[in-house]
Amino acid sequence: MSRETMLSVIRNAIGAPRETMPIPRAYRLETGEPNLLHLLEERVSDYRARVQVTEDVQSAIQEILERLQISKIAVPQDLPETWLPNKVEKIIDHPNLAPSQLEQVQAVVTGSALAIAETGTIVLDHGAHQGRRVLTLIPDIHICIVDEKNIVDNLPSAISRLGSSVRSGKPLTFISGPSATSDIELNRVEGVHGPRTLEVVLVKSV
Amino acid sequence: MKISLFVTCLNDTLYPQTGIATVTLLERLGCEISFPFEQTCCGQMHLNSGYQTETLELVRRFLDVFEKEDAEYIVSPSGSCVAMIREYFPKVCEWAHDTALETRAKVIASKTLELSEFIVNILKLEDVGAYYPHRVTYHSSCHGLRTLGLGDAPYKLLKNVRGLELMPLENSESCCGFGGTFAIKNPETSTAMLSDKMRCILNTKANTCTGGDNSCLMHIGGGLSRMNTGVRTVHLAEILAQTEGRA
Amino acid sequence: MPFLNPTTYQKAAKTALENPQLRRNLGKATTAIREKRLRVVAELPDWQQLRDAGAAIKTNAMQRLPELLLQLEESVQKAGGKVHWASDAVEANQIVSSIVKSHNAKEVIKIKSITTDEIGLNDALLESGVVAIETDLAELIVQLAHDHPSHILVPAIHKNRSEIRELFLKSFNIKPEDLTDEPRALAEVARRYLRQKFLTVPVAISGANFAIAETGTVSVVESEGNGRMCLTLPKVLISIMGIEKVLPELRDLEVMLQLLPRSSTAERMNPYTSLWTGVHADDGPQEFHLVLLDNGRTKVLGDEVGRQALHCIRCSACLNVCPVYERAGGHAYGSVYPGPIGAILTPQLIGLETAHAQSLPFASSLCGACYEVCPVKINIPEILVYLRGEVVKEKTGFFNLEGAALKSMAWVFMDAKRYELAQQAARVGQIPFAKNNKISSLAGFMTGWTNSRDLPSVPKQSFRDWWRENKGKS
Repeated sequence: MSRETMLSVIRNAIGAPRETMPIPRAYRLETGEPNLLHLLEERVSDYRARVQVTEDVQSAIQEILERLQISKIAVPQDLPETWLPNKVEKIIDHPNLAPSQLEQVQAVVTGSALAIAETGTIVLDHGAHQGRRVLTLIPDIHICIVDEKNIVDNLPSAISRLGSSVRSGKPLTFISGPSATSDIELNRVEGVHGPRTLEVVLVKSV
Repeated sequence: MKISLFVTCLNDTLYPQTGIATVTLLERLGCEISFPFEQTCCGQMHLNSGYQTETLELVRRFLDVFEKEDAEYIVSPSGSCVAMIREYFPKVCEWAHDTALETRAKVIASKTLELSEFIVNILKLEDVGAYYPHRVTYHSSCHGLRTLGLGDAPYKLLKNVRGLELMPLENSESCCGFGGTFAIKNPETSTAMLSDKMRCILNTKANTCTGGDNSCLMHIGGGLSRMNTGVRTVHLAEILAQTEGRA
Repeated sequence: MPFLNPTTYQKAAKTALENPQLRRNLGKATTAIREKRLRVVAELPDWQQLRDAGAAIKTNAMQRLPELLLQLEESVQKAGGKVHWASDAVEANQIVSSIVKSHNAKEVIKIKSITTDEIGLNDALLESGVVAIETDLAELIVQLAHDHPSHILVPAIHKNRSEIRELFLKSFNIKPEDLTDEPRALAEVARRYLRQKFLTVPVAISGANFAIAETGTVSVVESEGNGRMCLTLPKVLISIMGIEKVLPELRDLEVMLQLLPRSSTAERMNPYTSLWTGVHADDGPQEFHLVLLDNGRTKVLGDEVGRQALHCIRCSACLNVCPVYERAGGHAYGSVYPGPIGAILTPQLIGLETAHAQSLPFASSLCGACYEVCPVKINIPEILVYLRGEVVKEKTGFFNLEGAALKSMAWVFMDAKRYELAQQAARVGQIPFAKNNKISSLAGFMTGWTNSRDLPSVPKQSFRDWWRENKGKS
């Protein structure tokens, strides 16, 4: 009942149909930035996330685990074995871990769909190597691996690449630094509900 | 160059010295000035108070008066009245669905300029040969700054005034709280804005606050006078009109 | 209307202006964010082109609204979601309540949503025995204090850290020695309290920043992660969106996601943006409801000048630059939509009949700072001026002093001779008031001026007299 009523009220409000004008998309579709890896590194660090650039994922993760004294990690089922150091205790999200189980894990290691250099943003489409949304949400430390070839320059480039993920029914999570709030006197404070520590490993293409 | 002067009702009645200075200055710069006596008010006060019927009549009247002139430009020493003409004359006609009047309004709007932009952008002058030996700070009135986009035109003119020491004003882009009837309808908010503006002006240690709009200067000056600060407000035209011989 | 305070702006602002703590809190917060915004906006060489695109996207979307809403409905349904249509607050609240009840939920968790504040959802839920828990830090602060939001982005902007500490001590029974007023410590309290709720409450309620007709994708833009928690952990998700939030295509996000964070929190990007499309198998809520809300929006849409207000993406940049908002604060506007955008949106949503609604278009000095920063180029000063005209039309028939004065002035201005006579009359009339070329005290509606400012007296010679004397008749 409300549907038809609402639609006719909307039609009346708009009045006679008018030709819509084309959207002026004169903004930058790409930036031409030559060194995306470097820019991403700088921009992610600006959010007070820790970034390292490496060709050796395993050692980089090893270093993080030691530095943050992490003994147990959660991983998506399809995370490449070669990324992880041998001695770490891992819990695989298969069958699905309950949120309460994830609460008991300090850290999660995942890959990513792409990263946006200009804004320092990592995007998960929860496809390969990334796992379900809950996996990267509950543990307090998120160690996220970004492959250099998945770095794009800006948002328009990112959205055009992510179209297929959305159309194939995947959710997206854009992550720019650790969880933060500006709710107290508009001061940014890191760490409220999501992971309070974000460790990013940028993997250089060899 | 032939120009028509729209002096504005406020200047005509309360600040004749601003109109006189505008005439003196523009004649010195080689302009031939006409002053249509039939002119009264652009209707800004009526528009801002919500009296659109009356505004439309005043718009029509303004167009009748200035269309008779054969000047290339209409120049006015008031950013907010020029903003009314350029920005709102066509809109008011559009709101009233009077397309014929809207077309006329757009023609007049396209040739109406605020004094400082006329000198800098049309006459292409930045040094008008003025002399004003005082410490001066400039209040960029909102309509001039944002609606007209005067940019640094007034600053360019002031920087070339001999003897004048231009004092930078903190928060120079924030409103003084005048807003036409806003100051009367919401006096508490307006006064809070004014007192912050006055504090910034006093911090500059200038002895003169200038600007392109006597309405804002009336507001700021009214506050400065009430507090006996000794800082006076003077319209930009009056500074630019003054030369060494006449100082 | 649940979200309204009927006090006029002028009266409410007067009270707010008497609170020096409030003015300090607001001044500090808005100054800081203004500077940050300028920096991040200056980084983008194509900011103005993005604004142009943003404005055009919204204008187009409004023109195609029925078609886009139907397309959105179809896409969401195809992706496993359910779509509901609500003409007003009552309908929307009923829809939400019945979904919540069908799951026997006693509590729901909420992501900050001004739309749900607008319809008074929390109170409506409470009436049906359901407690709504706000999970955004500022909304939680406001909820615990039984207060109202005063800012679009930072609802508790009017409270400083020590006030928030006091509130938390009381609300959570914390010993004073166990909590400092460090924002980090305060955030930790919220984290601990809410974590349990995220893990156990079965229903979440959100608003929506954008909804894409083409794909059925809904987006929530946030900072803290409370949004991700609500969008991921509960079994059921209900999102309520104003009909104006729909965007035609996914590509439009490449514009909006650049405009919104830089205008809002003054960051290159906010920490978290979630996009979901219906129900995702094995991941997140397995039941998704999207409620499309009118609640006065079609009234706004019906006005060719005022409809621009519906383009708002709720970034709050206009609040942060507004000199009036900075002085009076958000509560003075008596609505969940404060500041310049509230001054044009509220009166259009609720109609201009009340003194409160009529006061809002006048709560501005028309300085234009809001228009300059608006990421979708809403010409707020223009709509304010236009709405003032609508207010005056609404008031016709009543005698009022201001109207009489302005009408007689217009009559004077319509004739140059009458105008000159009036100039002469003013010169004579001011004699009892003018001293030393100034006027320091007037009665009636002019007292607001002369309480804190002098007025110049009318000089002996007008400009036209001077011209006549020196230049001859033109």
